[in-house]
Amino acid sequence: MAETRIPAERPLSPHLQIYRPMLTMMMSIVHRITGIGLYFGTLLLAWWLIAAASPNGYARFEWFADSWIGRLILFGYTWALIHHMLGGVRHLIWDTGRGFGPSEREWLVAANLIGSIAITLVLWIVGLLAMGGPR
Amino acid sequence: MSDLKHIRTPLARVRGSGSARSGTGHFWHQRLTAVANIPLTIAVVIILITLLGRNQAAAAQILGSPAVSIIMLLFIGSIVIHMKIGMQVVIEDYVHDESAKLTLLMANTFFSIAVGLAAVYGILKLSFGL
Repeated sequence: MAETRIPAERPLSPHLQIYRPMLTMMMSIVHRITGIGLYFGTLLLAWWLIAAASPNGYARFEWFADSWIGRLILFGYTWALIHHMLGGVRHLIWDTGRGFGPSEREWLVAANLIGSIAITLVLWIVGLLAMGGPR
Repeated sequence: MSDLKHIRTPLARVRGSGSARSGTGHFWHQRLTAVANIPLTIAVVIILITLLGRNQAAAAQILGSPAVSIIMLLFIGSIVIHMKIGMQVVIEDYVHDESAKLTLLMANTFFSIAVGLAAVYGILKLSFGL
């Protein structure tokens, strides 16, 4: 029923590679990348929750979490989570129409990046101390 | 069918194939779950830190307690809706081939539901002590 027409060959609007990289633009990309990472990270969350029901299952999860690759993935997961959350707050502020001035938007993205790194490090220090020091 | 086309007005032809007044639904739900995710994520991070260094039995007991289970269930519900919409936007932005796009959109829905229900199953199992 619907008539399909071949779309006219129109010029496309300039894409990413046309523009000089800016912090706001990079952070927009990072927001998407961290979101995609967290999407697949839910597999780890589901695995951990299911594993928590049995000693053997939990031991397998702990073996993974204690391996260097597991540590690296969990560290990345922590940073992605905090970064995406702070980035989300930034977008919610922008949704209200505030924070678009030249210095404000730069300040917001810088706070996002510095904040996410600082909070991630603090969480890992607290976490390692809670586990009884680095193992 | 081709005869019918002439007597149908342009408006009649497009009716029902548009947004059906749900145009801002995804936009709104993305923000609604984003707001919910903030306190829920903070709560879950605190729960996680309290679980570090504990053995399986202790972790299972804490995770299965009513307050923690309910927070975890709310967290999973909110993040799964949020990530499903988010991934859909990413797919729609970057995948232009129609069949590939539809396949990925379906896979996105299946993945989101499956991973969400798996996590919910894990919590309920602990909570009900089965």
